[in-house]
Amino acid sequence: MRALLLRDLRLAIRAGGGFGLGLCFFLILTVLVPFGIGPARAGLAAVAPGILWVGALLACLLSLDRIFALDHEDGSLDLLATSPLPLEGVVAIKALAHWLTTGLPLVVAAPVFGLLLQLPFAAMPWLVLSLLLGTPALSVLGAFGAALTVGLRRGGLLMSALVLPLYIPTLIFGAEITRRGAEGAPVAAPVALIAGITLASAALIPFAAAAALRVNLR
Amino acid sequence: MIRLRARDLAVSRGGLRVIEGVDVDLSAGDALILQGPNGAGKTTLLRTIAGLQPPAAGTIEAPEESIAYAAHADAVKPTLTAAENLAFWARVFGGSDRGVLARFDLADLAGRPAARLSAGQRRRLGLARLAVTGRPIWALDEPTVSLDRGSVARFTDVLRAHLGQGGIAIIASHLELDLPARVLDLRAHRAAPGRVARPSSFNEAFG
Repeated sequence: MRALLLRDLRLAIRAGGGFGLGLCFFLILTVLVPFGIGPARAGLAAVAPGILWVGALLACLLSLDRIFALDHEDGSLDLLATSPLPLEGVVAIKALAHWLTTGLPLVVAAPVFGLLLQLPFAAMPWLVLSLLLGTPALSVLGAFGAALTVGLRRGGLLMSALVLPLYIPTLIFGAEITRRGAEGAPVAAPVALIAGITLASAALIPFAAAAALRVNLR
Repeated sequence: MIRLRARDLAVSRGGLRVIEGVDVDLSAGDALILQGPNGAGKTTLLRTIAGLQPPAAGTIEAPEESIAYAAHADAVKPTLTAAENLAFWARVFGGSDRGVLARFDLADLAGRPAARLSAGQRRRLGLARLAVTGRPIWALDEPTVSLDRGSVARFTDVLRAHLGQGGIAIIASHLELDLPARVLDLRAHRAAPGRVARPSSFNEAFG
């Protein structure tokens, strides 16, 4: 399991691995939005939580199809399926590797992007917390979508259509935590809900994704 | 004592039966070569035996986690070096990669990214993976593709050593390998669509 995690991280960081792709996309979005909406503080600060969360979600979506597609193309997935590792474990590890290379950098860099969108300082810790709690769910749910579409040519579009509805609850509660944090309102409820979504998907999705992979490998 | 048995095996590809009535009984040291034209179902049969898809009918008996499968694709990551690729699979399968690169004549290329290996060298790296799995039954799909004559001879030596240590090999190959092997011609087992080729299995469906 550790070998697989280390290999996936190494592949992501080496040339052409796609590390930084999500971060770059996030940067482009947060730089462009103020030009589109206008730099007035009131307008930007009002939409900042939503824009930041939509950005995180799309950045995550951008690299999802790499989770299994590359391993499927070069035959590694067949071998992982016949290896002593349980396929559920393979899914969980690959989702974790995806989060470490896509979600975690966004969490760390989010305050900087928040500044670009005039997000109030009071909301920064809440933005980081909401992304920290919510982005793992994006990776795990995405792994399910990637597993469903693994054998398909140009499966990325279908995968996005399948995964986006599943992302909506995370998006709602994530943006809500940041918005309430900015206003100083209580955040306990959305925090509990987003943590619940992440925990439930991390616990259940690997089984569903592994089942989908087994069907697709036939 | 390791043993691989398949009885009255039928396999399907894309929902259509391609082969039926295959009986296989291999014990330690045996090799079986699968022959048949393109589309005869060699790959499908190997994938079924490797456990990647369920048989359409019949049974396969083999000890758990005893089969190493080598497909057309080499499962080699271009950005990792040859040694890193091999070490990864050794750790996944819990085997040892000591001395394996040398046995496949890859020791000089150990530190080279796999993207800069030739097709034959990459093939050898893919085959070297079999040796690090530590599994006794090898299911090989066209293992000699893109290998030169010297490499084929070298790989045959590795295969012979594997069989000598009590291993089993099932090989789909067009090339004549210099091995004491039985041959299974899949043309004789082609499934006939629309025709009940085997009344016993027909009755099974209603029994």
